[in-house]
Amino acid sequence: MVKKIIIVGSPNVGKSVIFNYFTGRYVTVSNYPGTTVEVSRGKGKIDGQEYEIIDTPGMYSLIPITEEERVARSILFNEAPEVVLHVIDAKNLERMLPLTLQLIEANLPVILVLNIMDEAERLGIKFDIEQLEKELGIPVIPTVSITGQGMALLRQIIKKGFTKSRVNFIYDDFIETSIKKIENFLKKEYLISKRAISLLLLQEDTEIFQIVREKEGNILEIEKIVRNVKENYSRSINYTISLRRHQIATQICSRVLKEQGKAKTTLLEKISRITMNPWTGIPILLAVLYFGLYKFVGEFGAGTIVDFIETDIFENNINPFVTEIFSRVIPWKVIQELFVGEYGVITLGIRYAIAIILPIVSTFFLVFAVIEDTGYLPRLAMLIDRVFKKIGLSGRAVIPMVLGLGCDTMATIVTRTLPTKRERIMATILLALAVPCSAQLGVIFALFENNPKALFVWLSVISMVFLFTGFLAKRILPGEQPIFFIEVPPLRLPKISNVLIKTYTRMTWYFKEVFPLFILASVLIWFGQLTGIFELVIKLLSYPVKLLDLPEKTAVAYLFGFFRRDYGAAGLYDINKAGLLSGNQLVVAVVTMTLFLPCIAQFLINIKERGWKVGVSISVFIFFFAFIIGFFLNMLLNILGVKL
Amino acid sequence: MLSDKAEEILETLWISSEEKKIQEVTLEKLGIKEDDTYLKELLENNLINLTGQSIINLTPQGKKEGQDIVRRHRLAERLLVDVLDVKDELINETACKFEHLLQKGIDDYICTLLGHPKVCPHGNPIPQGKCCEGKIPHLRIISPLSRLSPGEKGKIAYIHSTDQRKLQKMMAMGVLPGKEITLLQSFPSFLFQIGNSQFAVDESIADEIFVRISEKE
Repeated sequence: MVKKIIIVGSPNVGKSVIFNYFTGRYVTVSNYPGTTVEVSRGKGKIDGQEYEIIDTPGMYSLIPITEEERVARSILFNEAPEVVLHVIDAKNLERMLPLTLQLIEANLPVILVLNIMDEAERLGIKFDIEQLEKELGIPVIPTVSITGQGMALLRQIIKKGFTKSRVNFIYDDFIETSIKKIENFLKKEYLISKRAISLLLLQEDTEIFQIVREKEGNILEIEKIVRNVKENYSRSINYTISLRRHQIATQICSRVLKEQGKAKTTLLEKISRITMNPWTGIPILLAVLYFGLYKFVGEFGAGTIVDFIETDIFENNINPFVTEIFSRVIPWKVIQELFVGEYGVITLGIRYAIAIILPIVSTFFLVFAVIEDTGYLPRLAMLIDRVFKKIGLSGRAVIPMVLGLGCDTMATIVTRTLPTKRERIMATILLALAVPCSAQLGVIFALFENNPKALFVWLSVISMVFLFTGFLAKRILPGEQPIFFIEVPPLRLPKISNVLIKTYTRMTWYFKEVFPLFILASVLIWFGQLTGIFELVIKLLSYPVKLLDLPEKTAVAYLFGFFRRDYGAAGLYDINKAGLLSGNQLVVAVVTMTLFLPCIAQFLINIKERGWKVGVSISVFIFFFAFIIGFFLNMLLNILGVKL
Repeated sequence: MLSDKAEEILETLWISSEEKKIQEVTLEKLGIKEDDTYLKELLENNLINLTGQSIINLTPQGKKEGQDIVRRHRLAERLLVDVLDVKDELINETACKFEHLLQKGIDDYICTLLGHPKVCPHGNPIPQGKCCEGKIPHLRIISPLSRLSPGEKGKIAYIHSTDQRKLQKMMAMGVLPGKEITLLQSFPSFLFQIGNSQFAVDESIADEIFVRISEKE
């Protein structure tokens, strides 16, 4: 069996960087807690020996709070690792040591990786590494993983091997005797130490209780001991034990920190505070949206680059060229249509994917990567929590929402970082309904290029729908109010290489996801045209479209919208370019299209993450809701006599 | 004014009947004889009723008096632990003596000083007084994080949370008694620093972290 190295630690300490280093692969690295929501596995070689490297989502303690922490723990407990790398943020040694203590207690082969040493040094913190190794009985390696500092030493230690710690951390007498008693009742073999299991049982961990019950059969005696301990403490045992571990951590720190360091108010810290002060933070947010999203993605990506690729490359060169070739080589009109017709695979499918979607999405991901790596998102979460509470979400949900402006499918996966099921469902609904993805946004910005008033109306309507739906969902969905807490990491200057690699990785993911869909859509429409199904669906769709006072041809765009909303928006783009839409019609059409069904990929992820019932109901609701809003918007504009 | 011993009987009686919900408290259970002078004192002040089979219960007036005594006892415990840093084993004993010294009015003053705590160090609820409704901070030694002003710092005295999930999150953040904490900002969310990390939390969490204020930056 291949030997395993498991990487664990609190969120945002650089676990993924170390994973990437050992495997030569790339998993997303950012500057906010909760970037990694899935376990990544990769292979890496250390001195000829092959290892399986496992990267886990951040965990604070061995008692899990979130689903990801549960997953991380079960990997630790069940996969018999050769090495466990506990990665911590060196400047927060004291806070993060308790997990090290727990890992040592569990008799796991731990190496403590003191990461982000550069920031600790900048604060003037000095460590006595040897003393720390002695206190814990395990190897301690100081590193700066993003520059690779200390990584060679880490390799060496893994290669050479090391012994597990024999240090015991002592709790109060009553808990100690109870641990001994429980240990005596644990007769079977476990992959982790019986002491750790006893402690988890005392902390009333239901999952561990389940496992022990299955193995041992009768555990009445153990339950009795736990109950007895519980009655003897006024605070929960979990709290008492955690408090003791923190005490031990504090004591260890007092012996190994040669200098405590002093927080200096740096320039970045000053900027950080400015972003969180509402008076300055909101203008900054607006500026980020305006320059990052509107100017860079909208005008540059969706304008300049799209024009160039679409007009100069496709319309003037590729399209005439391939049409010419196909009409010469293939004599059958039907087959010609499939490739180079009005909805042809090349002239429409590939053109949309490469000329319109690709530049928009890549510019968005570039901006987003920069924003992520600075650490701006947790600050935004802090700023916006109060507003989000009104719609039943906590500030934390701002991270998937902003990512949704890039790709709703990715964002739906990221909703896993939200602590409760209720919040995850609400975020999924809002993403599916009222958060347009970058591909769609780009096209929309292009559609409104010469009509800022229409853009403003569109923006207001979508924002209102967003808030109103959240407000309603908060009332309707049962469950507790969310609580908000987030670690605010230091602002950091983004590393260009990481920004580029991340953008590239996301682009590849995205392209694999959408490219086949665009081609499939072209083929299906071609097939539909052949058989007459196309005409039929258009006819059906033309009814709601007429209700919205839109020209019949827009029904085609909504048909595209079934595949992807941006595809639909691109359809509107063509219709608008032909001058078929008035200002009012444009706004109504675009609002409806923005709210329209999530793309096929997002629909599938909704089902995967939330179950088919929730997934399907969300889509059905959205389909009708989109047209209803469009209908009323049109009516309202008519009544008010607005001409956009 | 009641004697110390009589006050203690009232206190035990109130806890048995109001918190533990024991229906029938007998003299035997309290370890009191029928000819006890303190019992007479309580009867004369119309604070308790004695029915057949030596079952005693509180009169409405006795209930109020009992509640006040419990409040004083638990406030005294808080004062000893939070401000004077008395060791655990000594708390109860000292608090028993202390409570009799805290006369009416003074308890409200101490309550305010301690930031209107909701539970005693053992986790039992402290009955609320009139002062808790007003919530005007006068002289504060202990205050919930949510009522500090930005820039103020101190040591965490205790955490009062009934929600296990929340408590666990706070432990994960390293929010634990004895840790140094500085409030950096209080709007739109509460931003604080512990060690070398900053956290943003909402009011529901900031309300539950009680801080012994040390200085203003």
